[in-house]
Amino acid sequence: MQEKLILQNKIERGDFARGGETSSKLKELLRKLGVPSDKSRRITIVTYELEMNIIIHSHGGEIQAYISSEKIKVVAADSGPGIEDLEKALQPGFSTADDEVRDMGFGAGMGLNNIQHYSDDVEIETGPGQPTRITATVYL
Amino acid sequence: MTVKELVEKLDLEVVAAGPMDVEISGVYVGDLLSNVMARAEEKNLWITIQGHQNVVAVASLTGVAAVIVVEDFAIEEDAIERAREKDVTILRTPLTAYKLICQLIEIGI
Repeated sequence: MQEKLILQNKIERGDFARGGETSSKLKELLRKLGVPSDKSRRITIVTYELEMNIIIHSHGGEIQAYISSEKIKVVAADSGPGIEDLEKALQPGFSTADDEVRDMGFGAGMGLNNIQHYSDDVEIETGPGQPTRITATVYL
Repeated sequence: MTVKELVEKLDLEVVAAGPMDVEISGVYVGDLLSNVMARAEEKNLWITIQGHQNVVAVASLTGVAAVIVVEDFAIEEDAIERAREKDVTILRTPLTAYKLICQLIEIGI
């Protein structure tokens, strides 16, 4: 099966009310497509973290999900402001989130780690003042 | 044990009622949503102090049997509304997480 776009969702900065909407939609689509639940669970966790990152840290962005017979691929692209120091951002527990966001149980510095842990493959393109684009893949 | 039986046994407040006949599979305790997303399993009870609407999203995504908000923490109105929409059960107790867990162990969960 050729890679096919199955989901495309715009995500706005600070839109906590819709946090989890994209990953919920993806989970439901994957269930309908008969994707095994362990694979679906992993890509759902990854997508949840990607969408919350856009809501918490970016100026806004979009998530796209693709499926083929070999893999599920989720691409999260935002319009900046970019990750200042990627090496630091990848350290478990490191976060730039403010106190209000932390009080809600976000910003524990686990997001990118969860994305790496639950994906088979992750590519992160970013830089200070740049858009961030993260491509995460789970192989079927 | 089902959620309904649990509510009766421990006299929990039902803030939003989703499916009450779900068989409980275990317990996860946590307030950091990333951890809950990664660690809570389907049909677990999720014990937390968080009461905002993102809790409902995480509960729905992980497929937990119910959220139990401890220490009578406030639950936001939009969270309750969202829970009703998404069929997520939210329960509440004045007990601390520790005391609630002791009671859960006593009744065999």
